[in-house]
Amino acid sequence: MVERQLPVRLSPLEPEYHPGSHGNFEQGVDVILSETRPGSILQLAAWPGEEKRLMSAIYKVAGLALPDGAGGGVANGVRAAFGFAPGKFTVVDEAEGLAAAFCGVVTPDVGTVTDLSHGRTAIRIAGPKAEWVLAKFFAIDFALTAFPVGAGRSTTHHDVFAQIQRSGGDQFDIYVFRSFARSFWKALCHASEEVGYEVQ
Amino acid sequence: MLITCPYCGPRDVIEFTYQGDGNRERPQPASQDIDAWNAYVYDRLNPAGDHNEIWQHSGGCRAHVRVVRNTLTHDISSTAFAHGGHKSAARHRTEAKS
Ligand SMILES: [Zn+2]
Repeated sequence: MVERQLPVRLSPLEPEYHPGSHGNFEQGVDVILSETRPGSILQLAAWPGEEKRLMSAIYKVAGLALPDGAGGGVANGVRAAFGFAPGKFTVVDEAEGLAAAFCGVVTPDVGTVTDLSHGRTAIRIAGPKAEWVLAKFFAIDFALTAFPVGAGRSTTHHDVFAQIQRSGGDQFDIYVFRSFARSFWKALCHASEEVGYEVQ
Repeated sequence: MLITCPYCGPRDVIEFTYQGDGNRERPQPASQDIDAWNAYVYDRLNPAGDHNEIWQHSGGCRAHVRVVRNTLTHDISSTAFAHGGHKSAARHRTEAKS
């Protein structure tokens, strides 16, 4: 029998991913940048009127109770979910195989499951200047009152689409197209230089 | 100019794509009513004031949004989903001024 080899998961950021402290860090590191490399990144969409059934499917499969309301979300460190458009949700898991788990539950009369695990790159920015750095890219309100913990936003940087979830008080997870990820990463590093940043 | 998306809230106009005059009524595809097609393609109210428009939040949630914009001042007096299906998702509703 031929031995099956698991494919090596490569990061699109690799040539530009340099762990350590960079920029103006003598006064302290004010943001920490990292690639979270989740095993599963899914897009779930409900047909009109089926949103509640899709949200209960997310609870059943991922154990995440989504709050009502546009852009509502939840993150527990292992899994995360948030609304990014009417009736549409991003669901993320550290582990692979989440799409298969949803397939039997999100039936064709409820909506659709699209596996984007290889199509998106997840970049985390954390620290006291995270809002400051992100505000250079995205024309949205990052204040905690306007953008609460767990919530998600769909927006653009330089006309390129991105999804952002606030996964902590001063921590954001940004989902960008894999093919644009290295470009965005380099820009994010440049924008973080003035505050001092560490790549983990 | 800020447009309040019913889903995302106020966003810069750069995130939106103009989809045209919101007053038009497209005839059925099989229609052979020449006058109706002519009106759909060419007739515009071109008001100096409030104007019904369709915008897409293409750089955000991608919803189509029905917008009333004043062509003289750029004031936007109301926005709502152009399609009814996901009405329950609306959080940021602006109402027409009375
Ligand atoms: Zn929107």
